[in-house]
Amino acid sequence: MKLARDTWLVFQRQVLLMIRTPIWIAVGIIQPVFYLLLFAPLLKKVLAPDGAGSYADAYQVYVPGLLAVLCIFGGLFTGFSLLGELKAGIIERSRVTPVSRLALLLGRALREMVALLVQAVLITLIALPFGLRVSPLNLLLAYLLLGLLALMTSAISFGIALMVPTDAAMAPVVNTIAQPIALLSGVLLPLTLAPHWLQQTARWNPFYWAVEGMRALFSGHVGDSSVWQGLLVVVVMTVLSVYWSARLFSTRVR
Amino acid sequence: MIETTGLRKSYRKKTSRKSGESPTVDAVRGIDLSVSAGEIYGFLGPNGAGKTTTLRMLATLIRPDGGRAGIAGADLFTDPAGVRRRIGYVAQGGGTTDTVSAREELVLQARMYGAAKARAVQAAEGALKAFDLADFGDRPCATYSGGQRRRVDIALGVIHEPRVLFLDEPTVGLDPASRAYVWEEIRRLRTEGMTVVVTTHYLDEADALCDRVAIVDHGQVVAEGTPEALKREISGDVVLVGLEPGEGVAKRAAEVLRPQPYLHRLEVQGEDGLRLYLEDGAAAIPQLLRALDGAGVTPGTVRLQRPSLDDVFLARTGRSLQQS
Ligand SMILES: Nc1ncnc2c1ncn2[C@@H]1O[C@H](COP(=O)(O)OP(=O)(O)OP(=O)(O)O)[C@@H](O)[C@H]1O
Ligand SMILES: [Mg+2]
Repeated sequence: MKLARDTWLVFQRQVLLMIRTPIWIAVGIIQPVFYLLLFAPLLKKVLAPDGAGSYADAYQVYVPGLLAVLCIFGGLFTGFSLLGELKAGIIERSRVTPVSRLALLLGRALREMVALLVQAVLITLIALPFGLRVSPLNLLLAYLLLGLLALMTSAISFGIALMVPTDAAMAPVVNTIAQPIALLSGVLLPLTLAPHWLQQTARWNPFYWAVEGMRALFSGHVGDSSVWQGLLVVVVMTVLSVYWSARLFSTRVR
Repeated sequence: MIETTGLRKSYRKKTSRKSGESPTVDAVRGIDLSVSAGEIYGFLGPNGAGKTTTLRMLATLIRPDGGRAGIAGADLFTDPAGVRRRIGYVAQGGGTTDTVSAREELVLQARMYGAAKARAVQAAEGALKAFDLADFGDRPCATYSGGQRRRVDIALGVIHEPRVLFLDEPTVGLDPASRAYVWEEIRRLRTEGMTVVVTTHYLDEADALCDRVAIVDHGQVVAEGTPEALKREISGDVVLVGLEPGEGVAKRAAEVLRPQPYLHRLEVQGEDGLRLYLEDGAAAIPQLLRALDGAGVTPGTVRLQRPSLDDVFLARTGRSLQQS
């Protein structure tokens, strides 16, 4: 109960901060629109031999990947805001109050989750006129997957922020982690195009499972085994990441 | 109100291999304190003495390596949550968010201490009045002056009316008027029944503001008591002699003066300064001028003053606070 209340408190403040920095919102909207308008036409050509004859088919493959990539990069970079708050003494000020330590983390991760979900809804809406069709139930399940994914990446990012000493060190660390994760989940092009060894490597990447699950949902195959597999992998990974970064948060004191 | 015994903390050093020193920094090595309710208690010490580390331990921000501590009846080790409810803490660098206003920060802070929304809004309103923040309290924090920000920091630290308030260097970097204002606020909080612990490396601050002072150096308390009692330990007066610059003048002058019967102690300060401790400064000055003259040393300036806390620090550590 106290955890929920405290998390809400932290979340509200974080949302306020986000609204006060409109440049972030602008960037958050413009970037995915570019991806959608400038990259998807290319994809249609590439996927044509696989039977994707129309924009609608291309978008069914591409939109879930785009959402995941936003999640990977957006989420993994949220640690920067935590670094800023650590430096400004805001975290320290919170930590002397009786507010729940986990809430300090969850409130921030939830802000990231909501921001990403808003982006996801926007992208879905923009893709509709191009022929993307997905049933509301499947869409909701996909958003659930995506929300958990955002929670997971931001928790990991907060953990990294607590471990690296400076912003200067954080950027290369995050990039080095995010890049292979993104490539190995087939976010831009499906991994069915990849050689066998690459496909096998990708199976160790939780994001691969998430993307596969989302693609199944967007193509209307809610019963596909990749859906429950994706959900399972993401739930387990989210719990582990939040646990890990919460532990770090309460022990590593700066 | 605060009792500690043998509180200590060491940090792992990162660059120990090169220098071959011990692999840890003993930031705080065994601090015993006993602060009574309603006191303004000062930690006076040079940079790196361990003041912040001690305060952060007492505020539950870092776990001590050893010792015992109780604050307002709550044990630091077994009941940190209880300690948090009873204390307020204002960090050396503050901790406000640039894009929100003081009022918004105050409301959030009150809510983090568990107040319901309406009560928090009320508490923020009260704090804006009490700390004279109303003029700027609805502007973003980024626009405040150093002094204004400090007032907001302190207001945030006491929004929940704690029994004990820890202030880390509350007046550092402030102009004299803002410093005086902060002192006034601290005294006001004391009259409201709060126990206040402040750290400082300003001598005059410790002297004028604090009821009792612990002088800390290298993680240990080297002297403790009321400023008056501490200064009384340094008997008599202090005479500062400035010499005409020249090769080895300070050393020569020291040799001449050391045997003088009225002198308790003598410290050489730099190339051309002496600090003399003696019983009756006014009576001794003519004699020591004569002695210096006889040895061919020309004093440039002579100043008589009452002992300060710096003299206490000097007597205990052999160093001056103002130099370190
Ligand atoms: N996180 C840390 N890691 C390593 N050493 C530390 C750490 N924090 C403090 N120290 C060391 O511990 C010692 C005491 O530091 P502390 O900050 O408590 O001093 P202080 O009395 O508050 O000094 P100042 O007046 O400069 O604020 C210093 O030598 C400092 O370098
Ligand atoms: Mg300090």
